[in-house]
Amino acid sequence: MPRLVSHPDEVKIVTRRFGQGAANIDRYLELGGYQSAKKCLEQGPDWIINEMKASNLRGRGGAGFATGMKWSFVPKQSPKPKYVLVNGDESEPGTCKDHLIFLHDPHSVIEGTIIAGLAIGSKLGFIYLRGEYRYLLEIVEKAVADAYARGFLGKNIFGSETEFQIITQSGAGAYEVGEESALMESLEGKRGVPRIKPPFPAVVGLYGGPTIINNAETIATVPHVIAMGAESYAAVGTPRNGGTRLFGISGHVERPGVYELPMGYNLKKMIYDVAGGVRGGRKLKAVVPGGSSTPVLLPEEIENLGMDFDQVGKAGSMLGSGGVVVIDDQTCIVEFALRTISFYQHESCGWCIPCREGTDWLKKTFTRFHAGFGTASDIDNIQHIAQNILGRTFCPLGDAAAMPTLGFIKKFRKEFEDHLNGKPCPYARHEELAAV
Amino acid sequence: MSSETMSIFSPRLAARFDALVAKYPVKRSALVPMLLYAQDEIGYLSDAVIAEVAERIGITELDVRNVATYYSMLRFKPAGKYNIQVCTNISCMLRGGYDILDRFQKELGVGHKGITSDGVFSLEEVECIGACCWAPAIQVNYDFHDELKPELVPGILEGYRAKAGFPGDGSTSLGRKAEGKAPHA
Ligand SMILES: Cc1cc2nc3c(=O)[nH]c(=O)nc-3n(C[C@H](O)[C@H](O)[C@H](O)COP(=O)(O)O)c2cc1C
Ligand code: SF4
Ligand code: FES
Repeated sequence: MPRLVSHPDEVKIVTRRFGQGAANIDRYLELGGYQSAKKCLEQGPDWIINEMKASNLRGRGGAGFATGMKWSFVPKQSPKPKYVLVNGDESEPGTCKDHLIFLHDPHSVIEGTIIAGLAIGSKLGFIYLRGEYRYLLEIVEKAVADAYARGFLGKNIFGSETEFQIITQSGAGAYEVGEESALMESLEGKRGVPRIKPPFPAVVGLYGGPTIINNAETIATVPHVIAMGAESYAAVGTPRNGGTRLFGISGHVERPGVYELPMGYNLKKMIYDVAGGVRGGRKLKAVVPGGSSTPVLLPEEIENLGMDFDQVGKAGSMLGSGGVVVIDDQTCIVEFALRTISFYQHESCGWCIPCREGTDWLKKTFTRFHAGFGTASDIDNIQHIAQNILGRTFCPLGDAAAMPTLGFIKKFRKEFEDHLNGKPCPYARHEELAAV
Repeated sequence: MSSETMSIFSPRLAARFDALVAKYPVKRSALVPMLLYAQDEIGYLSDAVIAEVAERIGITELDVRNVATYYSMLRFKPAGKYNIQVCTNISCMLRGGYDILDRFQKELGVGHKGITSDGVFSLEEVECIGACCWAPAIQVNYDFHDELKPELVPGILEGYRAKAGFPGDGSTSLGRKAEGKAPHA
């Protein structure tokens, strides 16, 4: 089992049932499960959407879009069926929180999906897990079967006249499929190439029907918002950033793990108190605050940084997926940048040229550069390439590659320059990368 | 297709596919999971697998190939009985992911996408597998091994080697279920 951690500063809302056997439906019911779905069934769609709006819950998949707002975009009347799509593709490097939700509390995802369905008037939801999460898919499938057996899913949920079905789905390896329109393509049995927006999924989504797509953590949070009341939930966080977030702290910290902390929690405290500080008493060099696509931050930039969407945005980065990657002073930033761009190069779906070719050039340049064959003009050239990907692609993967690249160069130009003139990397430890 | 008579899949998997194609609003939605489940049983997407999946869904083999080549877990050549996938992405890299990969390479004598001559193991360097907070992490088929150290590598290989060749050895998800083995070690 992946290690569960805890810290006194945590506010356990979404993780409340972790480690308590709540994958078992009876245990989930004992712990208050499915009460929120029943309540929503009585209250109706408008009430649900108002609660979601009042909760200030923002999407946990990366972009931080207001959940209540997203749900309200779905047309009330639609000639085509509407769908709920739960995004459990979880592939952004540094991110492993949905992993724990599926493992410890799969029914919260099911209950959240039912509520989302009630809110928009959908009869069918999909829970999509990345292919590598097979053991988690089996846990979710068992939970779905149990919910059917109890009548919480099916033609007449909770004995009502309302129908709601859930289908679970496995991916087969692709980061890009986490992008919402690519996810719909994959679910339709196609290559995970995104769609041009507009139209947005809320209007034309899966099978052409209005569709809401939410991250698994967002959906798992929904029943808790209903249970504790939107106002109380919102009060936990900061203005416009309701509640808590599952922060996955990884890299060079003493106690890596997934911690549930209020939105706006100070990043420095997160690293030094919650996660026990930098490993081996070393110095902090940099932090990637929200998964590998978010621009790197320097130690002086995190002093007073509250971890919510707005504050991290103001600091020039993004809260992203909540994956905080901590880097100590023994790390080569050039190698780190190379590994980051290699990922995006590998995952580019290849549809648009700036992303497909740009990530390829970047990877090649970084590889040569790190191997000690860089030229002074490479540094500006890297910037130039990244700048030309930015905003010129069909989906945000191009930006996800360009933004961190620009951050590395901007904040660590000196370290790049130190690699020039045949100077070996002071932190070199891996020839494999140099040989690519 | 009548699953009993001409399927290349086991009756159990064939029945599962019959249910799968009936489950979705559109048959083709079954394609991606079906390919993965087929690969789990047969080992890779052979021509025969592609042909049967195409027929079951009612699309061309070319369509199936076009989709299958997109997904990184799908393969067109056999892998080892136990496919070792070592994550070297950032969180794992920072905690020694490359040392883990090096050690596997040394112990097995094969590199990225290599297969040992006895066919028991194959090795792959992979992108993030969603275990970043328990890094460095690997997957052996679908089993996770978290918080690894290079010196733990021989023991892991030993464990799988001992199981190789026995039915219900955990090499597939179904086998693992039958055995009740924990997915995280
Ligand atoms: C390349 C790419 C990969 C993404 N991967 C994921 C993912 O694995 N999981 C996820 O929830 N959202 C992912 N997203 C974001 C989704 O497109 C979408 O915004 C999100 O699922 C919406 O849910 P939310 O509003 O609850 O955050 C990804 C986006 C991009 C551009
Ligand atoms: S930005 Fe990259 S991943 Fe997105 S559509 Fe273009 S090529 Fe594909
Ligand atoms: S970076 Fe290795 S599991 Fe995420």
